[in-house]
Amino acid sequence: MSYCKQEGKDRIIFVTKEDHEAPSNAELIEDDPNDPYEDHGLILPNGDINWNCPCLGGMASGPCGQQFKDAFSCFHYSKEEVKGSDCVENFRSMQECMQKYPELYPQEDDNDSAPSGGADNAPTASTSTDSLPTSSPDSTPAATENPAAS
Amino acid sequence: MFKCKAVWNKLAPLVRASSTLCLQNARKSVLRHGRRLEMVQKAQMSSGPAGGGGENTLYYVLVGATCLGTGVYAYRTVSGDKERYNERMIDLVNRPKQGPRAAEAVTEVVAGSKEEPVEEPTLTEAPVEEPLVTEAVVEFTESEPVTEPLVEASIPEPTVETLVTESVVEASVPESIIEVSVTEPVAEAPAVTQSEEPLASVVESETEPTPVIITAHVPEASPVSESAAVSEPAPAAEPVESTAAHSDVPEHAPYLLIGGGTASFAAARSIRARDPGARVLIVTEESELPYMRPPLSKELWFSDDPKATETLSFKQWNGKERSIYFQPPSFYVSPTDLAKVENGGVAVLTGRKVVHMDVRENKVKLSDGAEISYEKCLIATGGVPRNLQVIDRAGEEVMKRTTLFRKIEDFRSLEKISREVKSITIIGGGFLGSELACALGRRSTDLGLEVIQMFPEKGNMGKVLPEYLSNWTTEKVRKEGVNIIMDAVVKNVSYKNDKLEIKLKDGRLIETDHVVAAVGLEPSVELAKSAGLEVDSDFGGYRVNAELQARSNIWVAGDAACFYDIKLGRRRVEHHDHAVVSGRLAGENMTGASKPYWHQSMFWSDLGPDVGYEAIGIVDSSLPTVGVFAKATAKDTPKAATEQSGTGIRSESETEAVAVTLKAETTAPPPPVQQKEDYGKGVVFYLRDNVVVGIVLWNVFNRMPIARKIIKDGEQHADLNEVAKLFNIHED
Repeated sequence: MSYCKQEGKDRIIFVTKEDHEAPSNAELIEDDPNDPYEDHGLILPNGDINWNCPCLGGMASGPCGQQFKDAFSCFHYSKEEVKGSDCVENFRSMQECMQKYPELYPQEDDNDSAPSGGADNAPTASTSTDSLPTSSPDSTPAATENPAAS
Repeated sequence: MFKCKAVWNKLAPLVRASSTLCLQNARKSVLRHGRRLEMVQKAQMSSGPAGGGGENTLYYVLVGATCLGTGVYAYRTVSGDKERYNERMIDLVNRPKQGPRAAEAVTEVVAGSKEEPVEEPTLTEAPVEEPLVTEAVVEFTESEPVTEPLVEASIPEPTVETLVTESVVEASVPESIIEVSVTEPVAEAPAVTQSEEPLASVVESETEPTPVIITAHVPEASPVSESAAVSEPAPAAEPVESTAAHSDVPEHAPYLLIGGGTASFAAARSIRARDPGARVLIVTEESELPYMRPPLSKELWFSDDPKATETLSFKQWNGKERSIYFQPPSFYVSPTDLAKVENGGVAVLTGRKVVHMDVRENKVKLSDGAEISYEKCLIATGGVPRNLQVIDRAGEEVMKRTTLFRKIEDFRSLEKISREVKSITIIGGGFLGSELACALGRRSTDLGLEVIQMFPEKGNMGKVLPEYLSNWTTEKVRKEGVNIIMDAVVKNVSYKNDKLEIKLKDGRLIETDHVVAAVGLEPSVELAKSAGLEVDSDFGGYRVNAELQARSNIWVAGDAACFYDIKLGRRRVEHHDHAVVSGRLAGENMTGASKPYWHQSMFWSDLGPDVGYEAIGIVDSSLPTVGVFAKATAKDTPKAATEQSGTGIRSESETEAVAVTLKAETTAPPPPVQQKEDYGKGVVFYLRDNVVVGIVLWNVFNRMPIARKIIKDGEQHADLNEVAKLFNIHED
């Protein structure tokens, strides 16, 4: 049973689970999908890639940023049946670049780094970026889907 | 001149006479037959004016001589000037060189641009101490921070206005006074020239949309002047003061970020993401690469790793190790390579402080004298910890035993001290003070350390949380092993018998070995004066608009920015996420986005690993609040939250809203723990004029997007309980 108390200017309400079971009737304003101010996810409303997405971490801004952008753009716009199969060159050069910075792009497979693949609030170091470079060029399309899918 | 005139006057009548005579003769000869010419001539001889033939000759001779004389005179004058000019130049070159200077060298030379062939006064007026001699050529230094163009460039120097004879040559060499600002590594400092010479085309930096250092201008071409100007084609002389210390400072950075903290790094990342090939230079006073601050008062203290203080890495709840540095050193480009590296990059110049900012010329000066010009600049200087006046005045012995906690070195020093002393007192009951108290309190039993926390409020986070929650928090901190002294106003601190004695206003005396002052942050606005930027009197910090812009090409982000929040009004925020959000926004705006502060930043605090909260918006305990609470179970802890979302730091999981979906499933829930606290978990709404302007999520995590939405809407909700339902506080 919920009850309420007032301490000066502060009101305190205690609620049980049952009290909160009924759906809320609070009204929220519709979000405008084309709001120019709003932060967008990985894909912008016009279909472009948002390179500034926190989910990408430092991938687009590091020393291999250009190669990454090329590879990922190619993949994103690829119309092949096997998406990204026409981008092998780009991914290869990206991987070559990344191999030059093993500290930044560690080559080992790190599965549980995937969700934090792009954390930007506490921008992660190399560990967060390895979800992408860990894959070979063949499976990179699959790997790169990670940030896109999440 | 006068000679000519005089002679001319004398000859004029003669000339007139002879010319009319010539004409008449010509007419006669034309009218008659050509054959008759001879006769005419003969006739001329006999019928000309008295002594006409002889006089004609004489006339011609005289006129010719006059012209010749004039020509000779003119020539002599001009070449004499040229000689004098050359001598003057040699003089200047040999003048002893002096230290690098800035703009005040510019003086107009108007006087010289007129008739006087005087160079001396104008030149001496111009305190040009950097006589770098070259040709005056228009040079436009591009946004490319390449030093090559600068080499050819500039350095026009004061040229002499030569007065020339009006009748013959118009050698007007525009006089220009150059302001040479020397940047150390290369002699070819970009210089701004200001010339009053109407003939010359002056390129003013103000006219440039993207401010670029303009050097020199083209003097009006005239054969003589050009040769005069070109007579000293010697390339720029190397200024004596270029030393090795300056050799790693680039002269120009398209994107210059002052300050090397969170906001700066976030901006750098944002710029690089949006402007391919961008070259970003971060200049920081610290000797460290950019790092994040929250772990310094939280995770690093909880780490079991004894090497944590050295490596500044820590293992997170899920076992993932990470460093507080945003990126390892290999991410960055060295400052010297910044201009050359193919795809651009981020370079960090450590140990240098920007002491002067010249907004008109778009350049800054460092503490070692080096100058860097920029196109876009971000000021992210953060702040310095405030100190209590009583401690400031208390003398050296007390100061030696006081820590103002902010940087890595403060963490290392305090960590060491915590192992050495018997008693530490923390003054301040806000975020930092409470977190440090909890962190030290946890170690207190192991180390045999007494931890005291004192503050003027009634409870921890007294200025942030409503009283009931503040009291609850205080109890929690006490449980961590901290001796809390409330309503404590420090009156005096003294050093006695190898101990510090703190005297409170109400008479209480506390003895301790070391003091940590966590009493606020003073924003660093030292550049405001030289840059002419506004400082906010209410909140402190640089006053910027909703797009974080102070002036054209200057933005401010992070702790130092007092900005206009469209939804919540003008404010200044000192939290980590705000630094990231504002840094990112500033970076976007520096690359042309023109977006206002829109994405509301959040903050969080963990009072030890068992209880924590996240908050967003204006969270001020003086506002009326409405809190909706449920009972907490063992699942509702920060630890559980991070394990759920699979991220190391809760802050990651929050902003990861995009990339991470809520993972509803967990392993078998642990048995619910009986909690005596009434305020287990819930939501607290802070109201201003009945609109929710701030929300605290108390032990409920991963709900920040909903909270953000509610604040963004800015609606007046009749029943906040209904709003609270949106948070599903009973669930995980």
